[in-house]
Amino acid sequence: MFDDFFIRALVAGIGVAFVTGPLGCFVIWRRLSYFGDTLAHSALLGVTLAFTMEFNIALSVFIISSLIALTLIQLQKRTNLPGDALLGLLAHSSLAVGLVVIGFLTFIRFDIMGLLFGDILAVTVDDLLIIWVGGAVILLILKLIWKPLFASTVNYELAEAEGLNPDRAKAIFTILMAAIIAISIKMVGLLLITGMLIIPAAMARNISSSPQRMVIYSIIGGLLSVILGLFTSLEFNTPSGPSIITAALFLFILSLFNIKQSIKLKN
Amino acid sequence: MNTNQNILVKLKDAGFKINDKWLVQGVSLQVEKGKIVTLIGPNGSGKSTTAKIALGIYKKIEGEVEKYTNKIGYVPQKISIDWTLPLRVNDFMVLTESLKNEIIDEALSLTGVIHLKDKNLGDLSGGEFQRVLLARAISKKPELLVLDEPVQGVDFTGEIALYELIKKISDELNCGILLISHDLHTVMSATDHVVCLNGHVCCSGTPMDVAKNNEYKVLFGEQASQILSRYEHRHDHIHTDEGKIKKN
Repeated sequence: MFDDFFIRALVAGIGVAFVTGPLGCFVIWRRLSYFGDTLAHSALLGVTLAFTMEFNIALSVFIISSLIALTLIQLQKRTNLPGDALLGLLAHSSLAVGLVVIGFLTFIRFDIMGLLFGDILAVTVDDLLIIWVGGAVILLILKLIWKPLFASTVNYELAEAEGLNPDRAKAIFTILMAAIIAISIKMVGLLLITGMLIIPAAMARNISSSPQRMVIYSIIGGLLSVILGLFTSLEFNTPSGPSIITAALFLFILSLFNIKQSIKLKN
Repeated sequence: MNTNQNILVKLKDAGFKINDKWLVQGVSLQVEKGKIVTLIGPNGSGKSTTAKIALGIYKKIEGEVEKYTNKIGYVPQKISIDWTLPLRVNDFMVLTESLKNEIIDEALSLTGVIHLKDKNLGDLSGGEFQRVLLARAISKKPELLVLDEPVQGVDFTGEIALYELIKKISDELNCGILLISHDLHTVMSATDHVVCLNGHVCCSGTPMDVAKNNEYKVLFGEQASQILSRYEHRHDHIHTDEGKIKKN
């Protein structure tokens, strides 16, 4: 069944969408889209590391992204620079270092376009295993920390005062972010992962009235984007990542019309 | 060691500073089951800070905090909620603890906002939101309630009703309440113990004791002290700008 590259890509994309849906909601709620970008940019360094050391790509991206997240927390404590400047610094320097390292690795043929924008041809059966098992673990952990994470997203002091340990939830969530980037890098590409996280969630925000519904709509939006995007990619030979993100944008625009309609109905 | 089984939270000589500036210092107090302890004092005297020390929100503190309960309901003075979240009153009620529907309804009815259950939190008025905050805090049947100006922005009749409700809850649930309030009439009539703050503990005791205290009079003016008492005392210390006691 998984012989066909297109089926593999579809199964992989669906797995990714199930995880980016709920995580993406938190990225929007906690205003972390720039943070997601930084982790994704640093993923290139993880990929080069994987090639030089002949190491699993997802695992190495996960490790590097987690390290970058830890570095960010340390820098925030030790410098007076604003958060967005630190994020920019880490994002671009890790991307640059990654590209420089690739320059040295002349003995390996690199598909840079595939890395940056995703490559459905590259998805193997092993990748499917990583996406679905990894994704299931991410969702399970997210479910376990949902209460403290959500409560502290609404109001940190309430969560802290009523004994929910929001700092621990935040640290775990950071690791989950690194993990989703690691498992979805092949599908969407590292420049567009944040788009996969925030665009379906943004679409969902436009049409939902409760947090639970926003998560569900965000998952549905992600699934539709993957399916639409991949069929377009197959049909017109466009790169998979940009096709998926364009489909997500299309759904987002549709959700804007939905708002206008409901406002009209109210009046 | 908790020698008294009724103690819920106990502060021993507690203080907190930011950038070498003390927000509050040398506070000792305890809240017991079924008792209402009220913090009073002028703006910037460290009332909210003291509450946050008791709650464990501030961790790097001087002195000691001993907490003997984890069932806590908190109504903060200021709450900024990000409206990027689609959040209804109903979702907000179960924020820190899952509750049965009947319990949510009961709490919302008690504070008079049951009709707002399905409304978006962002669409509420200040007073309505305050009632929802109070409902949320009491709905989980806490052992300790920390209420930081719980009736701000609530209309006059509502204010009286909510203070009566707070008193009733303290009796029914036998929970301890740490209350911050500017309404001296209420403080004096419904409170078991009053702590008057001004960067440090100025005076404390029963409402009667405090009303008679000269410190209290200096802080709140002649009129406030006449609410309960015309009793007069002599100054025993003078305040510096930071609210500390000036040494002669």
